[in-house]
Amino acid sequence: MSSIPHDHVAGHAHDDHAHHPSGIMRWITTTNHKDIGTLYLWFSMIMFLAGGVLALTIRTELFQPGLQIVDPEFFNSLTTLHGLIMIFGAIMPAAVGFANWQVPLMIGAPDMAFARMNNWSFWLLPFAATLLISSFLVPGGAAAGGWTMYAPLSVQAGMGMDFTIFAVHILGASSIMGAINIITTILNLRAPGMTLMKMPLFVWTWLITAYLLIAVMPVLAGAVTMLLTDRHFGTSFFNAAGGGDPVMFQHIFWFFGHPEVYIMILPSFGIVSTILPAFSRKPLFGYASMVYATGSIAILSFIVWAHHMFTVGMPAAGQVFFMYATMLIAVPTGVKVFNWVATMWKGSLTFETPMLFAIGFIFLFTMGGFTGLVLAITPVDIQLQDTYYVVAHFHYVLVAGSLFAFFGGIYYWLPKWSGRMYDETLGKWHFWLSMIFFNVTFFPMHFLGLAGMPRRIPDYATQFADWNMVASIGAFGFGLSQILFLYTVLKAIRFGPRAPARPWEGSDTLEWTLPSPVPYHTFETPPAVV
Amino acid sequence: MTALPVHSNRVLLAKLCVVVVVMFGFGFAMIPFYNKICDVTGLRDIDLADKVNNTQIDTSRSIRIELDANLNKLPWRFRPLTPIVSVHPGELAQVVYEVENTTDRPMTGQAVPSYGPRRAGEYFKKLECFCFTKQSFTPHEKRQMTVVFVVDPKLPGDVATITLSYTFFEVEGNKT
Repeated sequence: MSSIPHDHVAGHAHDDHAHHPSGIMRWITTTNHKDIGTLYLWFSMIMFLAGGVLALTIRTELFQPGLQIVDPEFFNSLTTLHGLIMIFGAIMPAAVGFANWQVPLMIGAPDMAFARMNNWSFWLLPFAATLLISSFLVPGGAAAGGWTMYAPLSVQAGMGMDFTIFAVHILGASSIMGAINIITTILNLRAPGMTLMKMPLFVWTWLITAYLLIAVMPVLAGAVTMLLTDRHFGTSFFNAAGGGDPVMFQHIFWFFGHPEVYIMILPSFGIVSTILPAFSRKPLFGYASMVYATGSIAILSFIVWAHHMFTVGMPAAGQVFFMYATMLIAVPTGVKVFNWVATMWKGSLTFETPMLFAIGFIFLFTMGGFTGLVLAITPVDIQLQDTYYVVAHFHYVLVAGSLFAFFGGIYYWLPKWSGRMYDETLGKWHFWLSMIFFNVTFFPMHFLGLAGMPRRIPDYATQFADWNMVASIGAFGFGLSQILFLYTVLKAIRFGPRAPARPWEGSDTLEWTLPSPVPYHTFETPPAVV
Repeated sequence: MTALPVHSNRVLLAKLCVVVVVMFGFGFAMIPFYNKICDVTGLRDIDLADKVNNTQIDTSRSIRIELDANLNKLPWRFRPLTPIVSVHPGELAQVVYEVENTTDRPMTGQAVPSYGPRRAGEYFKKLECFCFTKQSFTPHEKRQMTVVFVVDPKLPGDVATITLSYTFFEVEGNKT
């Protein structure tokens, strides 16, 4: 992920081919999967910091009860934009960045199948992000009805909602193009001998994620299009007065929204399934069952959406169906967790930073999975709906899940991408600070939720004060730890010691057969896969 | 597998684009599908008259019915003639609301009922209500409209007061 032009290491025959414009035009016109992967990852880093600033503003307001620093309306914009930016700006582009870098390298392809479309799908993102963030400046402020954009609030909201709708359209178009590119690359450009069941698990998880993306991003695009026409063109999809139904928005939204949470976690499953065998010096336990479990999770994700809306007044039969279907997802997820632990079992373990993040992922993601099971129980969910328990749950699976796996992936592949090793001490500090402060931030939210504190509220009753203060302190610690991450990465790219071609002795995927840093063009002749 | 990658890439691209277009349509197709489910399960039948089977009047209890009237961004006047009535469970009762279109244009509205406490709704049986249909008004028309209802004697004993609240929405499609 170097942002500086590649170093010309002696002995790189391939660098002869690296003819590309220099300076900014290199990045604007690039069709190289490695450049685009780098762009995606830096973009998501910037969005991660932007979303983090919003989160810390939220936590500052919640440090004490009462209204201190922001208006309630602006507070609602903060929670809404924090969610949208982190999901569509940070997590999803980071996952696509990993796919751009790693999918061609891991299957022995020279580049992505549609290199120009790849450029386009990245360069849509900065415009969408600008739309989203600039909506803070328009009259009425940014969208404030929550990242889920529920009608009727989103139908009635001000101009900021239109910015959000267009941003979601653009982000959706970008994701769909990225997904089509990834599917085509994986299905058509594998090196001879790389059968589907020989693909690294990261490639498998991304193949399934990409199918989820093309299945549900268009549904989200349809939902926000309906919002737009309800707002401006006199339709009544969600307008009760015109014969529509606001609850229907929730159904359509969550038909997208539930597969979306697996879109955000499956690539992380793939990264963890790559890191664990490397540092356990054992092949992944139960490869085939991992593939089938991933597929099962993806299929089940389409029939559980209404567990997000147990309180809208659906018939008891519906509640029971969605409750059991949701619990069923714990089975393939349990298979995966079991396989990860079994991969480490009796392995020759070492605990470099990528491995620490992978183990932290297993530990905390499993906790988030268990609170998900608790929330799947309809009567319990009716009690906990829209409380901080839900906030704790999805931050355990999204931050300690997706994000920790991405951190691990960055540390794991940075030597390959940049040709430089990161500082192991700093990496370990980053892990332990993140691990501790993450739990200081989000574990108390379970207590707050069980005690009944509602989410998306700028003020709260005084009995919630202590744990909110703890959570706010944790949040600042977590936020500052990420500055350390940025520093560690930048230091590695600039000053890190040269990395060997295969810095991790347990790694066995194709990218480690290439020199470090990886040449600008790779696998122009497909490698032989045994 | 990779004999003609460019050609096979385009074929796959076309197929995947079809999936995208179909799924975009699917989002919209969920609307009639969802309406059908609501029809079959009766989830949204709030504009149909209720049936009352048991007309036994329970004179041992009196329920206080508080009537409320709201307008959703409409420049109308809308109020109950008597804000509070007292009924026995099982007793047939009638209340009157008055609506006036204060504008210079003909308008159509739809009233949507809600109940407090919410669980009282299923025991509040409306035999006749102006909320069952759209209501059209000529400019400055003032009209009195009735609600005929029975409170089901099965109403839980701890409910002593029911708030019946109507909100009038303008039916957008009838805007002129």
